[in-house]
Amino acid sequence: MSIAEEAPVTIAGVDVEEQARARRDRIHRIAKWTLPSLVMVLSILAWHLYVTIGEIPHYILPGPVRVAQSLVEDWALLWPAMMITSRLTILALLMAIVGGVVLAVAFTQSKWAEMSFFPYAVILQVTPVIAIAPLLQIYVESAFVAALLCAWIVAFFPILSNTTIGLKSADHNLQDLFTIYGATRWQRLRYLAAPSALPFFLGGLKIAGGLALIGAVVAEFVIGRAGTGLGLASTLLEASYRFNFGRLYAALILISLMGVVIFAIMSLISHLALRSWHESALKREGQ
Amino acid sequence: MPPQDLPLGQRPRLLDVSHVEKTFNGDVVALKDLSLEVNEGDFISLLGPSGCGKSTALRLISGLMHPTSGRINWSGGQGADDLGIVFQEPTLMPWATVAENVWLPFRLRGQSYVSVRDEILEALKLVGLDKFQNAYPRELSGGMKMRVAIARAMVTHPRLILMDEPFAALDEITRFKLNNDLLELKAKIGCTVIFVTHSVFESVFLSDRIIVMAARPGRVIRELHVDAPYPRHEDFRTSAEYAAFTRQASEALHDAMGEAA
Ligand SMILES: Nc1ncnc2c1ncn2[C@@H]1O[C@H](COP(=O)(O)OP(=O)(O)OP(=O)(O)O)[C@@H](O)[C@H]1O
Ligand SMILES: [Mg+2]
Repeated sequence: MSIAEEAPVTIAGVDVEEQARARRDRIHRIAKWTLPSLVMVLSILAWHLYVTIGEIPHYILPGPVRVAQSLVEDWALLWPAMMITSRLTILALLMAIVGGVVLAVAFTQSKWAEMSFFPYAVILQVTPVIAIAPLLQIYVESAFVAALLCAWIVAFFPILSNTTIGLKSADHNLQDLFTIYGATRWQRLRYLAAPSALPFFLGGLKIAGGLALIGAVVAEFVIGRAGTGLGLASTLLEASYRFNFGRLYAALILISLMGVVIFAIMSLISHLALRSWHESALKREGQ
Repeated sequence: MPPQDLPLGQRPRLLDVSHVEKTFNGDVVALKDLSLEVNEGDFISLLGPSGCGKSTALRLISGLMHPTSGRINWSGGQGADDLGIVFQEPTLMPWATVAENVWLPFRLRGQSYVSVRDEILEALKLVGLDKFQNAYPRELSGGMKMRVAIARAMVTHPRLILMDEPFAALDEITRFKLNNDLLELKAKIGCTVIFVTHSVFESVFLSDRIIVMAARPGRVIRELHVDAPYPRHEDFRTSAEYAAFTRQASEALHDAMGEAA
């Protein structure tokens, strides 16, 4: 190899490297979507082949075709159920946000409030909701409200604990600065503690979103059993009693779809709220 | 004549620290019998080894802490905006832009951004950052962040600015540059500065009074006057005068360390 042949490569060395990286990034971007999609298609195909070739009876494992069929045929039943579960989850999450944030603010504003009530927040959190649900069903008239309470109990703790830590995490020198400038309690909360807590709160929100759905599903399992057919999880349970496995799988798919959508929404909210200043939202070169 | 242009003995009194003592947890004597007369226009450095109570002294003067005994008196009483402070870290709010950070002292007094925009821009111009008013702190270098902190401390034109090793974490080139700029700023707004530092060179370059302190217990060993006229520029650093003052200060500091042992 002559020097003349080698020269362009070394001169354009930086560019070559840049190009290689740009290419790698492009491939990454595409692969991020295509690879999981491919895995899904292959899995569904394998599932289909396994069921048809193995002649598996549909009350043991329905094939993907049958599940898709259920999804379409039972849509009139699944859609309202999904709406109920969604409403349950979203309401529980909203209540968890309000309750968690209000309690966290109360805890950080008053040591007495924290001392008095924090242990009970923990007890509420560590007691398995599945053990509380039957009680709620007895004492609360409306099945929907009882289920809502269950989902709320599960979802609110991460918001409470994260927000409490966040509100206390403000930089000490900044706190001193606020003292020197004679900030009021409200100014301190509004301009210092709240923004410091935001990343923590959003972290809690991401967890709480998933937990609200889990809480809703658990509540429907326990409370919906009394014949007061609630949402998707109740539908799922009922389908299993009737050996209608097509419908069962259809409901299951919709539930996990809801989980994915909730997670995506929470991540988006978090990204939008923090992108201008927080480290976690930074996109660094080469990543 | 502005007080800073008067000779040391003739400046009006701003603040009297008399026989101040601070004890932590009943037995750690952080500061023993500190007396200090602060005059308008002074640039005072507190120079001493780690643990000699420099930060404690600043916190007492700022009112963040109260002395165990002794008194701190402002002549004519202390107003709400008499004080600005700069810490070793820039201590900016990461969620706020540069301009919003400088707005803070006004904001906490209930003044809207619009009503003080001119003051904010003026302060940022003085530290050379008016072009960065909409940047977020994470986009700035360490030296630039420190400039924002300085702009925030002086934006209300306080009578006294306290600085606790503000440049200790910066590289030497940046530190020299900020030293020069700080002197210029002080001359422009005519405030009083109490400046904590570990560095003999920095204290001599900046101040007209150096309070040398010793540790265990924290106390004042000696006061030196740097009788070199302002404005001081980069060439002051290489002058014979400067060398003589640093030698004096080093010796005093050496004594302080010796006495502490
Ligand atoms: N909040 C506190 N509680 C207990 N002891 C303290 C406290 N603050 C300071 N001290 C003690 O008081 C003494 C003086 O501390 P101070 O921070 O004022 O020193 P310093 O001169 O600023 O030191 P450095 O140069 O390391 O910053 C030290 O021995 C320190 O341990
Ligand atoms: Mg200190």
